[in-house]
Amino acid sequence: MTPPAFSPVGLRLENIDKRYGRLLALRGVSLTIAAGECVVFAGRNGSGKTTLLRIVSQLVRPSRGTLTFSGSGAPGGGESNAIRPGFVAHATMVYDELTAEENLLLFARLQEIAQPEKRVETLLHDVGLSERRGSLVRTFSRGMRQRAAIARALLHEPAVLLLDEPATGLDPQGVTWLAEAIRRLRDSGRTILMSLHGESEISQLGTRAIRLDAGSIAADTRTGATFRSILTFADA
Amino acid sequence: MLKSAVIGAVVVFLVGAAAYGAFYIAPDEKTMHVLYRIFYFHAAAAWAGMTAFFVCFVANLLYVWRRDEKYDAVAISSAEVGLAFITVVLITGPIWAKPAWGIYWTWDARLTSTFVLWLLYISYLLLRTLIEESDRRALLSALFGIFAFIDVPIVFGAIRWWRTQHPAPVIMGGPGSGLDPTMRKVFFFSVLAMHVLMAFLIAERYRLEKLRTDLELVRREAEAT
Amino acid sequence: MSLLANTSALLGKELRTEFRSRELLTTTIVFILIVLVLFSFAFNPTSDESRQFASGLLWLALLFASSLMLQPCFLREQNNDTLSALRLSVSDPFAIFLAKLAANTLFLLLAELLLLPLFAVMYNVPVVPVLHWLLLVFFLASLGISIAGTALSAISAQARMRELLLPLLLLPLLTPILVVSAEVTRSLLDREPFVRWKGIGFIGVFDVVFLTALWLFGEYLLEE
Repeated sequence: MTPPAFSPVGLRLENIDKRYGRLLALRGVSLTIAAGECVVFAGRNGSGKTTLLRIVSQLVRPSRGTLTFSGSGAPGGGESNAIRPGFVAHATMVYDELTAEENLLLFARLQEIAQPEKRVETLLHDVGLSERRGSLVRTFSRGMRQRAAIARALLHEPAVLLLDEPATGLDPQGVTWLAEAIRRLRDSGRTILMSLHGESEISQLGTRAIRLDAGSIAADTRTGATFRSILTFADA
Repeated sequence: MLKSAVIGAVVVFLVGAAAYGAFYIAPDEKTMHVLYRIFYFHAAAAWAGMTAFFVCFVANLLYVWRRDEKYDAVAISSAEVGLAFITVVLITGPIWAKPAWGIYWTWDARLTSTFVLWLLYISYLLLRTLIEESDRRALLSALFGIFAFIDVPIVFGAIRWWRTQHPAPVIMGGPGSGLDPTMRKVFFFSVLAMHVLMAFLIAERYRLEKLRTDLELVRREAEAT
Repeated sequence: MSLLANTSALLGKELRTEFRSRELLTTTIVFILIVLVLFSFAFNPTSDESRQFASGLLWLALLFASSLMLQPCFLREQNNDTLSALRLSVSDPFAIFLAKLAANTLFLLLAELLLLPLFAVMYNVPVVPVLHWLLLVFFLASLGISIAGTALSAISAQARMRELLLPLLLLPLLTPILVVSAEVTRSLLDREPFVRWKGIGFIGVFDVVFLTALWLFGEYLLEE
């Protein structure tokens, strides 16, 4: 990947609650993540992993509690001082009826990135989609769509990157490629939060693991639990 | 329980008094005789219905701002009560029109606009039934409620303009137009009585709504264990 | 300034998407055509009678067609959750609405312009002498329909039975536009001596009021 143009960013969640109707998806989550950490979130479906990531991405506002980012974290584009994490969600968040290049150009322009064409060119190359830049995303395989999604998330060179079960639907080669990409992003100093299911090449990249259970933090490697126990849901 | 029974009795008394006033105290009207007396109910119900919708509008704004489910409960209560009053208006209009003009519906400006109003709030209720999650339901219906209410003056204005282009029989003239002093007093008392009834119904419906949501919560918690 | 830049970038996307598939435009135009033809079967108009209610029919057909055309507006952003991508990328969420309502207004205008000659022929009405006034009414009314329709489409996309729901929510709301547009169009086609400015004013008021409401409340419509 090209050398980053950002300052490291850490984040803190204090007493986060998220309520959907009468359902409490997250309860009293408090967490401090240092700049550069690569945190793996594990937990059953419905434990709150996706909700947590969506709150950090600021797509969802918590019912209670605060989210704060620390560190200057100047992203590569745009004039805003707010931290915009890059988000690779369950859905690809790219338009099927546009080409890979058109998609990236659109999002680059929306985020007012300087020299958008050049940036898009670089990213397409970095994720290995240069040859398919003019093809509609509709024609892409799952692995390629994932790469397009990652390119979109990285357009503004975010200091914080969020990945929600990114290996879903990828074949073994795809997983290897993804692991390598995340490793390089981690080594460049980005703060990474990923939600995963079980152990894999990707979970091994984590510097810390946290298990969520019914909306609360059940275990944390920082407080003594082992990586393995968190990822396999065994009791520590 | 006792408190609402007492208040209910007061409300019934007030409405009864207004009815008595409409039938016995208000003087006879030259052309329409007994028939015109329905005006006291028709116009008073219209005012009360509009006030209820205004309450709904304020509750909608407050919900969007504060996100407290109390405001959502007020909104649904006042919308339903308002709709009930407006239904009375739409029924009493034709009841008057048939003997007076020979036809049930004359597309008179106010009544037509009232019909559109009725449709808007039926849509509001319909929208609510089609969203399951309570927070989403509250927010989205509040937003629609806001759009619907700001449309109301435009609807009334546009239809009245349309009617000036094509005049048609008017149902019951304007409220307060050419009312003699006694009529006016009876009319304002009817309006008061209707508003008290409206407030009472909204309060009761609100209580019902709170009970319903509390029951839902208890049931969910019981299912979870 | 970034609002304008964002809006034009998004408008470009909306137009590019539509002109690639042309699905909205073709279905809208065909629908209006079908309605106009069916109306003429239902009413069996002679040339005198048809002029009486032709304008009403035109606007009725337009309103029905738009409530169908506007329905995919936010629904299609649920594919691949592109709405979240937009929310993450734009600085002002109002840009999303502006772009969509601009695109929808354009599509409606296009449909109206294409259908106007056919309408004139089918119902025997003199469109050319009053063309400029008609275009003004078309523009203001289409703008109003798009503003309200775009806003409500964001609501109906999040409910059940969304295909039926949007017309149910939108059509009562658009009553002022239907009433005024039909009346002004009728007076124009009847070659009445003066233009109904007051009526046109109502449509303008509708546009301003709802655009303002959309500006004030838009971000809540997109909330997750």
